[in-house]
Amino acid sequence: MSRLTARGVVVRYNGRTAVRGVDLDVAAGEWVTIIGPNGAGKSSLLRALAGVIPHRGSIQIGDSELSSLRRRQVAQMVAVVPQHPERPDGMRVADYALLGRSPHLSYLAVETDADRDIVIGVLERLDATDLADRRLGTLSGGEWQRVVLARALVQEPEVLLLDEPTTSLDVGHAQQVFDLVEDLRVERGISVLAAIHDLTMAGQYSDRLVCMDGGLVVADGPPRSVLTEEILMRFSGARVTVVDGPGGEVIVAPRRRP
Amino acid sequence: MVLIGAAVVGVLIGPARIDPGPVLAEVFGRLPVLDFDSGLDARQTAIIWELRMPRVVLGALVGSMLSVAGAAYQGVFRNPLVDPYLLGVAAGAGLGATVAIVSVGSGSAVVPLAAFAGGCTAVVAAYALGTASGGRRTGLHLILAGVAVASFFTAIQTFVQQRNTDVIREVYSWLLGRLVTAGWGEVLSILPYAVVSAVVLLAHRRLLDVLSVGEEEARALGVRPERIRTAVVIAATMGTAAAVSVSGLIGFVGIVVPHAVRLLVGVSYRAILPLSLLVGAAFLVIADVIARTAMSGSEIPIGVVTAFIGGPFFLVVLRTSRAGFR
Repeated sequence: MSRLTARGVVVRYNGRTAVRGVDLDVAAGEWVTIIGPNGAGKSSLLRALAGVIPHRGSIQIGDSELSSLRRRQVAQMVAVVPQHPERPDGMRVADYALLGRSPHLSYLAVETDADRDIVIGVLERLDATDLADRRLGTLSGGEWQRVVLARALVQEPEVLLLDEPTTSLDVGHAQQVFDLVEDLRVERGISVLAAIHDLTMAGQYSDRLVCMDGGLVVADGPPRSVLTEEILMRFSGARVTVVDGPGGEVIVAPRRRP
Repeated sequence: MVLIGAAVVGVLIGPARIDPGPVLAEVFGRLPVLDFDSGLDARQTAIIWELRMPRVVLGALVGSMLSVAGAAYQGVFRNPLVDPYLLGVAAGAGLGATVAIVSVGSGSAVVPLAAFAGGCTAVVAAYALGTASGGRRTGLHLILAGVAVASFFTAIQTFVQQRNTDVIREVYSWLLGRLVTAGWGEVLSILPYAVVSAVVLLAHRRLLDVLSVGEEEARALGVRPERIRTAVVIAATMGTAAAVSVSGLIGFVGIVVPHAVRLLVGVSYRAILPLSLLVGAAFLVIADVIARTAMSGSEIPIGVVTAFIGGPFFLVVLRTSRAGFR
């Protein structure tokens, strides 16, 4: 059953057509990753799917058409981890994570103890309890990334959209974040749609890869079928060798020019 | 506590010398649980209840309005330099007051009404201009439109003033800000606006925190930034225009007080808004005491006092909280 469905989605953004008719399905509990060169339209597609920028075409979340839902209803089902989240440096981690309850509150309501308990639970789950009283400005890159993820999980979404969530992290911290998302996907049946630059990690964590170029989907399938030397050369201009790792996992290794 | 202390001092001090003891007795004797006779004569009672009290209450109301409106504007535009006069309230009110002073004289009850109308007109104009130029999605267009409208209204006001040089003193006295009361009239006339404005702004304290992550992320968290901005701007404008209409332009309060509060309690608007309300009230009552007493025999315009304290104080706040705003 498909939880997120896009049909013929077109996104015009800043006067340019960034997405030119994309079809996409993400099933319940599935992890789909969008790959593709810079400017392929990955970010614009994710933002349109979250409903924060306008689109044409059809986007369905569950059985409902995105454009017929209210902002709050969308945010109850879809949470976003943006590529460069805004960081109000003076805010405390717990207060920041609490913002994730926003979609579940009516306009002028304030949070209850039940909402605070959800925050405490999520911070515990992410091993971030000791960060709760820290100010955001004092966090390291890895801690900050976990806190942004915490805010998204506090939304208790069905669909988690990740826009290159690990760009500013080293390999170890990036793996920690992906391991965490993977565990949560399994535990809570969350659907994950991510844009990830690192092709090896994209291949290892995803059920399916979607390759975009020039605002279109140019390849869609299991990691092995999309991560081929030919496709990556053609759409990313990348010289790579795709090999099997010792455990049978896919590895995409860049090659120097001959 | 500071507010209560400031209010007591404000009631105790005045040009007609009355001993502090009986004044306190008179004031607290009115409280329901206490009952004692102050021994003041009718004239002294009148001075306390019809001159000093209204002035202290008016000062508190104006101070709290300007401060909470300033804090709300800073939150909704995510800009620490914003003050309650941002969208042209001051210029519009200035024009309204000037026109009224020129045509019917400065003592008239029309002056505050004209100032209120002028202030609201300017903000509506700024809002219409800002949204027409595509500014619904960012607050930036709105701020620029406010600047344009303010210069336009100031230009007209200067023109009117130059054509009527005989009233220039009265216009200036109004522009510098002053708290003058005759009985409870001023207080009662702005009280409804002040209450509505304060209630609406305080009700938005959580949403202002949501806006602190930026418009796009706020939208992803299920709120509509344009709608919050509209509601907050309307409420803050109403409160500011009401304050300006009775007190003229008292500068710096709306920017100094929220920053000082932020320094004390951090960045959450849940704390900043209510505390700005209280601290702003105390600040203006104290400033008014200074304005009344610093030079014997004459009053300094309160706008001069707030700017005189506010300017240097602002520098100190900026130095201590360089990274503190966000």
